[in-house]
Amino acid sequence: MDVNLIVNGERCRARVEPRKTLADLLREDLGLTGTHLGCEHGVCGSCTVLLDGLAVRSCLMFGVQADGSEVTSVEGLAGDPESLSLVQRAFQETHGLQCGFCTPGFVISVTAFLAEVPDPTDEQIRDGLSGNLCRCTGYQGIVQAVRLAARLRREERAETSG
Amino acid sequence: MKAAAFDYHAPESVDAAVALLAELGDEAKVLAGGQSLVPVMAMRLGRPEHIVDVNRIEALAGATRSNGTLRVGALTRHRDLETDVLIRDSVPLLARAAPHIGHFQIRNRGTVGGSLAHADSAAELPAVTVALDAEIEVRSSRGSRRIRAADFFVSIFMTALEPDELVTAVHLPVWGRGCGFAVAEFARRHGDFALAGAACGVQVDGGRIVRAAVGLIGMGGVPVRARPAEQALTGADAHGADLVSTGRDAVAALDPPSDAHGSAAYRRHLGAQMITQALGRALAEAQGQDRNPGQSQAGGTA
Repeated sequence: MDVNLIVNGERCRARVEPRKTLADLLREDLGLTGTHLGCEHGVCGSCTVLLDGLAVRSCLMFGVQADGSEVTSVEGLAGDPESLSLVQRAFQETHGLQCGFCTPGFVISVTAFLAEVPDPTDEQIRDGLSGNLCRCTGYQGIVQAVRLAARLRREERAETSG
Repeated sequence: MKAAAFDYHAPESVDAAVALLAELGDEAKVLAGGQSLVPVMAMRLGRPEHIVDVNRIEALAGATRSNGTLRVGALTRHRDLETDVLIRDSVPLLARAAPHIGHFQIRNRGTVGGSLAHADSAAELPAVTVALDAEIEVRSSRGSRRIRAADFFVSIFMTALEPDELVTAVHLPVWGRGCGFAVAEFARRHGDFALAGAACGVQVDGGRIVRAAVGLIGMGGVPVRARPAEQALTGADAHGADLVSTGRDAVAALDPPSDAHGSAAYRRHLGAQMITQALGRALAEAQGQDRNPGQSQAGGTA
């Protein structure tokens, strides 16, 4: 089936089998391998992308279902491939990763989370991270990354509005 | 971990969807949020020949309220239960249950109708509908009917739905003043299915409990309504109600599953605790809103 969608701001077209997940469509048909597949049944969160602005598991959707939708994967967060988004920068600075496999999913989830909860408590941060699994870090660096990202985000907003 | 091949259908109206279900019968499976069906297909526990994707049917989404009843469309997402003001104000128990459903990424996709049709007795929404005496509205090419929640859930993952029927909405009663609602559950990790839980509502008038609803999560093959607990509470003094023994008595006769995650006895123990906790929170809220606190409540605001 033909699928038309906007991925990271660009119009894309692919011909896919209905059984193919959105994650596989992104990785195999569009060459966007930043979206990782861990468990492939909705538990680990590695494949999280933004679908029309909302964080979803791209392994729990068929690619054909995204026809007409707008998808943002980790490659599209910063706007251009040479720079990092604010959340990505925060992960880098606090070393909120070790092997990096789960990181794209975390970065997407945190981006969506901070849009809704701009000034989170530590408890809210941990709740917001509960849908993504990391087997390396023990999460401390990731929690720090979210704290930093929230601060940077607030500062940036204060500057642009002031 | 890839689904087997299937034919994909994406009807844009309820009529078109039920026509497809009538034609395809047992071979077809309805795809709503996909948060349970897609893993089942990925693990090849299910291999439907046809998928009828209802996500493009706009008429299935959203809530309306009339004559003391809230109608929630089947395609309403779990996230909307938390954020939609009409839903939150009309049936607060839905909003209290929603944060317990998976993680926010799951709630962005998961639907009310999907949760009910999937009929996992460890899930939150089936217990809420049973506790509140909700009715589930279903459609087929033969017409429309409403099924009481208590009759809808038949056994483990089994409902009264016929293969050609589509869940179109759920109708829930709007309670009056002086109400409180709470969901308590115990899961080993946040977002996991609960080992045991309770979804409770109470209404207090003049310091007395005039209405009580208790639905239990994960305490049997179907969501259980704890009628003995409801009867024991109704008419009781809101201040003096013995919630510990209410919880204990409510689970005494139940036979929850025993598995690697917990024995039946452990689940009963947890179930009793969750009932006590949820009722305590619901009662505190209800007493705070009781406009006519009567003699039993010593002065002022609660």
